Amino acid sequence: MNFLVGLIFSAIVAIVVLLVPWIGVGVLHLYTIFGIVVPYLAILIFLIGMILRVIDWGRSPVPFRIPTTAGQQWSFPWIKHSWIENPKDSKGVIVRMALEVLCFRSLFRNVRLEYRRIENLPKVAFEWEKWLWMAAIAFHYSFLVIFLRHFRFFTNPIPSFVKIIEKLDGFFQAGVLPIPGLTIPEVYITDLLLLAAVTYLLLRRLYIPQVRYVSLPSDYFPLFLILGIGTTGVLMRYFLRVDVTKVKELAFGLFKFHPHVPDGIGTIFFIHLFFVCTLIAYIPFSKICHMAGIFLSPTRNLSNNSRFKRHINPWDNKPAWEYPGMVHTYEEYEEEFRDVMIEAGIPVEKMPEKKEEEKPEQEQ
Amino acid sequence: MLYDGAKILTGLIIGVLFFIFPFLYDAGKPYKKPEPKLTEKAKKAGECVLSKQFMRTWHMQLLDEWRNDVVRKGIHYYRPREIAREMKLDKRLFDQLRHYISDGTRIYVPKSDKVYYMSLQNTCLDCHSNKKEFCDQCHNYLGVHPYCWNCHIAPEEK
Repeated sequence: MNFLVGLIFSAIVAIVVLLVPWIGVGVLHLYTIFGIVVPYLAILIFLIGMILRVIDWGRSPVPFRIPTTAGQQWSFPWIKHSWIENPKDSKGVIVRMALEVLCFRSLFRNVRLEYRRIENLPKVAFEWEKWLWMAAIAFHYSFLVIFLRHFRFFTNPIPSFVKIIEKLDGFFQAGVLPIPGLTIPEVYITDLLLLAAVTYLLLRRLYIPQVRYVSLPSDYFPLFLILGIGTTGVLMRYFLRVDVTKVKELAFGLFKFHPHVPDGIGTIFFIHLFFVCTLIAYIPFSKICHMAGIFLSPTRNLSNNSRFKRHINPWDNKPAWEYPGMVHTYEEYEEEFRDVMIEAGIPVEKMPEKKEEEKPEQEQ
Repeated sequence: MLYDGAKILTGLIIGVLFFIFPFLYDAGKPYKKPEPKLTEKAKKAGECVLSKQFMRTWHMQLLDEWRNDVVRKGIHYYRPREIAREMKLDKRLFDQLRHYISDGTRIYVPKSDKVYYMSLQNTCLDCHSNKKEFCDQCHNYLGVHPYCWNCHIAPEEK
């Protein structure tokens, strides 16, 4: 897909997500729908969708170990074994997984391959490239902190971990700024970090040709949603302001199954809420599923023990009806792709008779 | 059939518990909302410096403005009616838009020409002398710890 088409399409959808609550609440005053029905629906879709997703993944057999490693396999005692990069047991797998989930190790390993001419000699060099990792880690941890910070709206005696996070996050007290009252009571570092990181991740998608080429609307859309959430959140906290006591009455009511919408909450809050609801309802159908999927990545969670443990394909020597859809014979494969194969000039076993008659006619 | 079912289900349960934590936390306790109480004096006065909705949403900005005016500019009196009337058109439009999106109210013009001495301790706390029943109600509900009281003396209460 042309990147402009994808970009414009996802931007239009994001603008619709912006306008729906604006009109729905600002003009039509549909408080119950946007304040109660939509959030409950979104939470339900998210929870059920994620559970079905994970169960669906769990039902897929992974008969082979996929060790894609960057380290030396365990073999002889005199060859140094890289136990994290190429684990032979679950201890290594756990460490590798923890590094991946908490530190984004595979992004950290990212380098840029560069072709250069030095003194007129061609040279291939691996360049330092940590920007993606840095933006990703800033973004994900900011998002986590912001998510946890929001628990102050969801719970009533506010748990102490939320208070600690809030205090650490808000230790900037900018005091006097050109716009009076802008930074009252304090500026959250994660708010700024998140917006900066998401903006970088979006610009990177648009700027680097290779990344732009592989980007689809499903890549842009979540970024737009998160940008929308971040922007409306920042607007609400620093510029436009809403009556947070009433906002908490609404949010806390939802979690106590005492749903009601107090009067006097501005439209901006419902725009923020609708962005959030759209995002969480969209998660099970989108790439953001990686929050669960990362734990099920076969290249990260399988130890490389093929050489000393036998893994048997579950449908080997089993009748095909026990594993429907798992056995795909070459005949079936060719049946499915014959036209494309002929078009690409790949030899096929069974030539369709019609095509042979038609082809010369077309050439004439 | 689930492959590695025990591990996957454990992970799934942990994940779901994390996301439904707000539903589970303190479950069974009833819904509560803060009930800030006005003192007799505040009830008698009838109006605050600006409208009630404005004060609910923006009092911290107003206090910050007051602090800057008093400490940095040496201005000590606040005339809300004059300010609202003398507001230039562009600022009025901007403010109206801001109000419309933030709380759906209009720019408030106070009914009387009352002039306020800009002081948290002498003016605000004169009416709202019940910090525990007034300020703290919402502040504690939201986990907000304003640093007013780092310098100012909180009113003495029984």
